Amino acid sequence: MIVTENLDIAYDQMVIVKQLNIEIPSHKITALVGANGSGKSTILKTMARLLKPKSGHVLLDGKAIHQLRTKEVAKQLAILPQNPTAPEGMTVTDLVTYGRFPHQRGFGSLTKQDKEVIEWAIEATGMKEFAHRPVDQLSGGQRQRAWIAMALAQETPILFLDEPTTFLDMAHQLEVLNLLEELHEKERRTIVMVVHDLNHASRYAHHMIAIKKGTVVKAGTPMEVMQPHIIEEVFGIQCDIIRDPRTGLPLCLPYALSRSKKEQVHHIG
Amino acid sequence: MKNDTVNQYSRPWIAITVIVIGIFAIVFGIALSISVGAANIQLSTVWEALVHYNPNRTEHAIIQDLRLPRSLADVLVGASFAVAGAIMQGMTRNPLADAGLLGLNAGATLMVAVCFAFLPGLSYNSLILFSFLGAAVAAGLVYGISSLARGGLTPVRLVLAGAAVSALLTALSEGIAIHFQLSQELAFWYAGGVAGVKWSQLKVMTPWLVVALVGSLLLSRSITLLSLGDEVATGLGQKTGLVKMLGMIIVLLLAGVSVSAVGPIGFIGLVVPHIARFFVGVDYRWIIPCSAVLGGGFMIMADIGARMINPPYETPIGVLFALIGVPFFLYVARKGRRELS
Ligand SMILES: Nc1ncnc2c1ncn2[C@@H]1O[C@H](COP(=O)(O)OP(=O)(O)O)[C@@H](O)[C@H]1O
Ligand SMILES: [Mg+2]
Repeated sequence: MIVTENLDIAYDQMVIVKQLNIEIPSHKITALVGANGSGKSTILKTMARLLKPKSGHVLLDGKAIHQLRTKEVAKQLAILPQNPTAPEGMTVTDLVTYGRFPHQRGFGSLTKQDKEVIEWAIEATGMKEFAHRPVDQLSGGQRQRAWIAMALAQETPILFLDEPTTFLDMAHQLEVLNLLEELHEKERRTIVMVVHDLNHASRYAHHMIAIKKGTVVKAGTPMEVMQPHIIEEVFGIQCDIIRDPRTGLPLCLPYALSRSKKEQVHHIG
Repeated sequence: MKNDTVNQYSRPWIAITVIVIGIFAIVFGIALSISVGAANIQLSTVWEALVHYNPNRTEHAIIQDLRLPRSLADVLVGASFAVAGAIMQGMTRNPLADAGLLGLNAGATLMVAVCFAFLPGLSYNSLILFSFLGAAVAAGLVYGISSLARGGLTPVRLVLAGAAVSALLTALSEGIAIHFQLSQELAFWYAGGVAGVKWSQLKVMTPWLVVALVGSLLLSRSITLLSLGDEVATGLGQKTGLVKMLGMIIVLLLAGVSVSAVGPIGFIGLVVPHIARFFVGVDYRWIIPCSAVLGGGFMIMADIGARMINPPYETPIGVLFALIGVPFFLYVARKGRRELS
């Protein structure tokens, strides 16, 4: 389990996150939702020890993650940052191979098991036909899946993904989300993802955390978080919440900007 | 074959071919370089001078005292500038990174001028240290200036800051040279790049450069990881800060020591890693050794060319590299314009 204790996060002097206390339940899919610039990526990166907090702790199974050996953490937790870029000419297979880094020693020759995992990650993300293409020459969606494959090759029980479905068309969005769901169901992996589509969050996540200006507005099941007054506070929109006729899960149907937001928009426009 | 997709990972065979051919070219280049010059010497005499040295023969003396150290310096320094460029390009993810373009060479040159002016008679060992410090100060200045700019570090900004810092430091070097009437001395120091290198210098600089080159090989895998970006590298369990610090020390050693011996030679560090990458792909475990071999080879060929263009005068080697390097710089800058700016 991952827990944050009184986390303050700042870039230089600008404090973005204040006194954050969240829990990431093990063996569940957690969705971080919130408006652009609300601090989702910042929080995700700090929980994955990519950023050092100004104060407070992130505990991974009770131990402060920033004090653990970074390579040991990399065997536990893989993170796919928001906009990664591969060097020009690096092929999908090359990229996925680097996902094995935490498991390798010395100069990094591949074992049979390494190769099998790489193969599996490429197949699971549907990238087999692009395996030898340079990542920088792929479409946005293909590129995204190549990076997901790299994170999968890391074979960690915990997986963090920052906007894994951005740039994907609807079919590929569902493909990625189904893959994550499968990883959770078959291998009981703990998954934390930042998603923009609230209905995806509701459909795929067991736990949702709604963030506004670096603080938690509400954390809980999709049922608990997907409520009109919470959505209005977090996103500044008015919406109806209905039940998905297939799954019974809450769906959000936005119909207007909330009043204060409307004034803001008028003010700007 | 089930694992056939994975086996293509990196291109070791091409890399090994490049390295082997490169080493042959270097050996041939050294022989050729010893034989051509103001006094042409037969290759058979070159061989004789190496195996049966006879101090009474002028030709043997020229070979042993002038041409051999010069040729070895060519190879070492060429390899060093090229590897420094490769490391910088990988660590900063900046295809335009080069010790010359980013001001390191100018910083090292300034410190050499300062030493000539204020600390005459300094040992070559100490001169190397000052040269290293000069490169470090220049690197700090360039990095500081370019990260102050709004919007943070971009490759082009880094190069612009490098150009500005280079211009300033070069002007200061020239000012010192003129004021202390060192122009002659400095010009001799840097004449034709490698012409003045002596055994005594070579003995001091070689251990430093060899240590730095071996270090760069040990660091090569980590540099590939860094080329994926800091966040990804850290996420994969890389000690990013440590790798960057070691990489920077290696770059400063390579550039600082080389400049102290042969003066600021630019562009070889920009061009050679791109050629290496063209052959061997994106894996620095191969890019770095290939850059070393290709850099050494290019340098010795260029030095031979410099002596053959307009004999008996020597064309400055820096001019030769600029002729190839400037169009190449424009090509790389244009090609990556969208990502770079
Ligand atoms: N590297 C950075 N330096 C300074 N400020 C940053 C940096 N990255 C993000 N920020 C600021 O932190 C805030 C939160 O950003 P982020 O975590 O990326 O939000 P989100 O992922 O929710 O869109 C924003 O105001 C953003 O401008
Ligand atoms: Mg974000």
